[in-house]
Amino acid sequence: MSGHESSYEPTNAFTRWLDSRLPIIRFAQDHAMNFPTPKNLNYWWTFGGILAVCLVVQIVTGVILAMHYSPGVDTAFASVERIMRDVPYGWLLRYIHSNGASMFFLAVYIHMFRGLYYGSYKAPREVLWVLGCVIYLLMMATAFLGYMLPWGQMSYHGSNVITGLFGAIPIIGDTIHTWIMGGPSIGNQTLQRFFSLHYLLPFMIAAVVVLHVWALHVPGNNNPTGVEVQDVEKETVPFHPYYTVKDAFAIVLFFMMFAVFVFYAPNVLGHADNYVQANPLVTPSHIVPEWYFLPFYAILRAITFDVGPIPAKLLGVIFMFAAIAVLFLLPWMDTSKVKSMRYRPVARQFFFGFVATCLLLGWCGASNPDDGVFGTPGKKLVVSYTDAGGAEITSEYDGGGEAYLDAKKFVESLPAGTNASISAVAKPTFQFRHLSLILTFAYFGYFILLFFVGLTESSKAVPESIHKSVLKRSKPSTATAIPAE
Amino acid sequence: MKSLRLLTAGLAGLVFAATAHAAGGAEHPHPPEGGWPFEGAIGKFDQASLQRGYQVYHEICSSCHSMKLLSYRNLGEPGGPFYDPAYPNPNMNPFVKALAAQNEILSPTPNDVGDYDFRPATPADRFRSPYANVEAARAANGGAAPPDLSVIVKARHGGASYIYRLLTGFPPDDAYVQRLVTPETIVTPYSDNGTPDDPSDDVAEVKTPAVYETLLDVSKLPSEHGSSEHEEGFLKINAGQHYNPYMAGDTTPNFEGDPRHAPPGGFLAMPPQLIEGRVEYTDGTKATPEQMAYDVAQFLAWASEPKQEHRKSLGLAVMVYLGLLAALLWFSYKQIWRKVDH
Amino acid sequence: MTDHTANEHDAVDEDRRNFIHIATGAAAFGGTAMFAWVAVDQWNPAADTKAASAMDVDISKIPACGEIRVLIGGKPFFIRHRTATEISEAEAVNISTLRDPQSDDDRLRPKPDGSLNRSILITSGSCTHLGCVPLGPCQGNTGDFGGWYCPCHGSHYDTSGRIRKGPAPRNLPVPDYRYLSDTVVNISL
Repeated sequence: MSGHESSYEPTNAFTRWLDSRLPIIRFAQDHAMNFPTPKNLNYWWTFGGILAVCLVVQIVTGVILAMHYSPGVDTAFASVERIMRDVPYGWLLRYIHSNGASMFFLAVYIHMFRGLYYGSYKAPREVLWVLGCVIYLLMMATAFLGYMLPWGQMSYHGSNVITGLFGAIPIIGDTIHTWIMGGPSIGNQTLQRFFSLHYLLPFMIAAVVVLHVWALHVPGNNNPTGVEVQDVEKETVPFHPYYTVKDAFAIVLFFMMFAVFVFYAPNVLGHADNYVQANPLVTPSHIVPEWYFLPFYAILRAITFDVGPIPAKLLGVIFMFAAIAVLFLLPWMDTSKVKSMRYRPVARQFFFGFVATCLLLGWCGASNPDDGVFGTPGKKLVVSYTDAGGAEITSEYDGGGEAYLDAKKFVESLPAGTNASISAVAKPTFQFRHLSLILTFAYFGYFILLFFVGLTESSKAVPESIHKSVLKRSKPSTATAIPAE
Repeated sequence: MKSLRLLTAGLAGLVFAATAHAAGGAEHPHPPEGGWPFEGAIGKFDQASLQRGYQVYHEICSSCHSMKLLSYRNLGEPGGPFYDPAYPNPNMNPFVKALAAQNEILSPTPNDVGDYDFRPATPADRFRSPYANVEAARAANGGAAPPDLSVIVKARHGGASYIYRLLTGFPPDDAYVQRLVTPETIVTPYSDNGTPDDPSDDVAEVKTPAVYETLLDVSKLPSEHGSSEHEEGFLKINAGQHYNPYMAGDTTPNFEGDPRHAPPGGFLAMPPQLIEGRVEYTDGTKATPEQMAYDVAQFLAWASEPKQEHRKSLGLAVMVYLGLLAALLWFSYKQIWRKVDH
Repeated sequence: MTDHTANEHDAVDEDRRNFIHIATGAAAFGGTAMFAWVAVDQWNPAADTKAASAMDVDISKIPACGEIRVLIGGKPFFIRHRTATEISEAEAVNISTLRDPQSDDDRLRPKPDGSLNRSILITSGSCTHLGCVPLGPCQGNTGDFGGWYCPCHGSHYDTSGRIRKGPAPRNLPVPDYRYLSDTVVNISL
């Protein structure tokens, strides 16, 4: 905490000399070693450290890969495969980097949901939360840019779809779209600028991470009770060694999962189509982004109707960006003074509903919007033909094999020249597009609900202090449902 | 409350499963009976099968399909089909040199007078491509350029099993029938004397040959294809196309029958290739279509990621190391925190 | 902080604690070092780069008194067809007077039948001083000793590629090469 006294004592002449000129050792000791941290943090709090490691791993492997990668439409795909085949340990570095992106997002989502559950976005940590959202936005941009670099089919056509979103902006959309691509379509120039930015953005993330940690170290950590530290002596422990060792343990567990992907299922989170070199003339039948973008992709596709003068395409884009923008506003949308959901029985139900909503949105994003949510719907037969007057007439047949025979008999009975044809049409069912729309409203609904629930909810008794909460918990009788521990 | 959390966790698993799964109208490619030796956490390639697979590729596939990312030296690298520990440098492996030299390639560098010569390949050279460019490949194959096979196993859902099933999944010959579209016509010009084939007649009849179309009788497909019950109907096969239940696509527009039961799969330009005995294996293995498909699919799986054996063996070491480190950290953590209530 | 007020524990416990921390730290350091080694190893030449570091050269078309220059893996090499005069000049030198004593025969490799092809001399094409590429017969400047002359700092090489004058410390190195036949030489790095 900003208020805490520096406990650093220079021990020799050199450190005394340095301390009066550049107190870097003092700074490191105060912020990385002795920083007073609430002693009741659970394992969900280790994801901050995990994320820091993820960023370092991505930057280290990324800088190395850039030594071997060649951005160019004719060379990119082959240079990635050269890394996989010829560069010593290139396959390892590339798989760490590509799966590392997924691990980074997995960790950031857990970190964000932890913040949502324990109210870490509330005063006095609003700036901390907003900086986190900035990091998340930068991560999304970096991941999107990076996914283009292998120049596979999904890279190309995915980028095409996403850059196309900017074309939905009224009036200036087409100009911006062309400006981003540097030409009428995605080409060599786009790949080169995306590579340049993909290299730059992680360092911007690192810079915002510094601000994020700074903003954390002013008010200090939140904790599972949501009650601020009152007695530094009783309620906190120095970050090192208490939390360094706990974070390290969690990081190694995380690495074990990471290693399972890297060594045993390196392509399971990707798409087979991305091992086909980009071909602008052939779009893959099923374009989906990487899994971590799927909820937003589902929101983008959920809007299929125009509202007044706003066309569906633009509205989808607005909703998708609003889904991220709403996170920035969250500190001022939640009206409850109680931070931790442990003591908010109503809001807590909504929280789990929100997590389920996000996961289901991901499922929608991965699925074909026309498919039925509860399995493939049956199909009915439709005979269409033109009558003597030239009007288009359809008649439907439903049922088993006999329906087809009936339909066929009917077609044969029609006079020549009616252009009769039999086609199968899916019966109306509950499709993913419908589920996506419901979930989109549920997503935004959560934030609105937080506003009203906070005004009306009666919370459970909040412990007086961290210390009392810990003492209570160390007694065996208090086995109440404490989530996430 | 608990159930809601369980539901959430279940959903997470479901979403992961769903993202890994892309739906398609094609038959699911099951692995061959007995599975693949290279699958699983400690799987390794069967070197003899890789060698036979290279032979199948070289003698059959390579006449249309390139493998531009592979060099002949790869064959002799550790884990490769012809790796020989006596020659750690594959460029010096005489067998690999001989395999490379079987192929005449256009030299990538010009000669003294600036022309590009044909010469036998060396281990450092890339696999010979059958066509100079994609346009030539397309022109020679009725408009469909045969895909490059370098990473084909990673580029298709189902991987090696897909390759295996596709190559062996073509319908049997007796499932095809010919249907007359327009019968043969003989037009007799008016100057003709009206007697067919009269030798004294100086104007010949104009014959238009009959036009047939090829149909696939879906009821004759082997029962493991298609749904459980045998469907009735005919699939129209366009000229230069071949039906395969494992190929991604849609057969509905070509199906004459109940459109709700169009057979799975799609059409491709490649006819069935692996005909019994088309390759004479040097190791004496009987070259059945299944054997050839198995071998070449395994070879292509190796070619798609030559480092995968190394990846798995290194993975085991890394997992053991991380497990030990996690255990040590756990004890360290318990020691440090033992006096703190938290 | 609770830890600071902890009451005294027996020394055995402290030892064990230290041992675990040291073991943990060592294990973590070892793992990091292994990863660092991967990050270092990837700077080594890639397999395709290594594969491109050998070349078969046809030496039958080099005119007498001329030379050809080839690049192998980006490095220049000289293949010189020496005249009888140049060979005898190279052989006549008193080795003990040389800066880098080597006889002309030491700088040749035998053909498959074991005999030496004295008319063909193969050397590296970078000056041993600072790596410039010396001028040769094709550039019309063979230096004071009829071999090569490096224009950067004035090193003179003789017809056996040995340093005779100037700042270069050593003779032009002879690469690893062998005769595949009388007319084809395989040169590798």
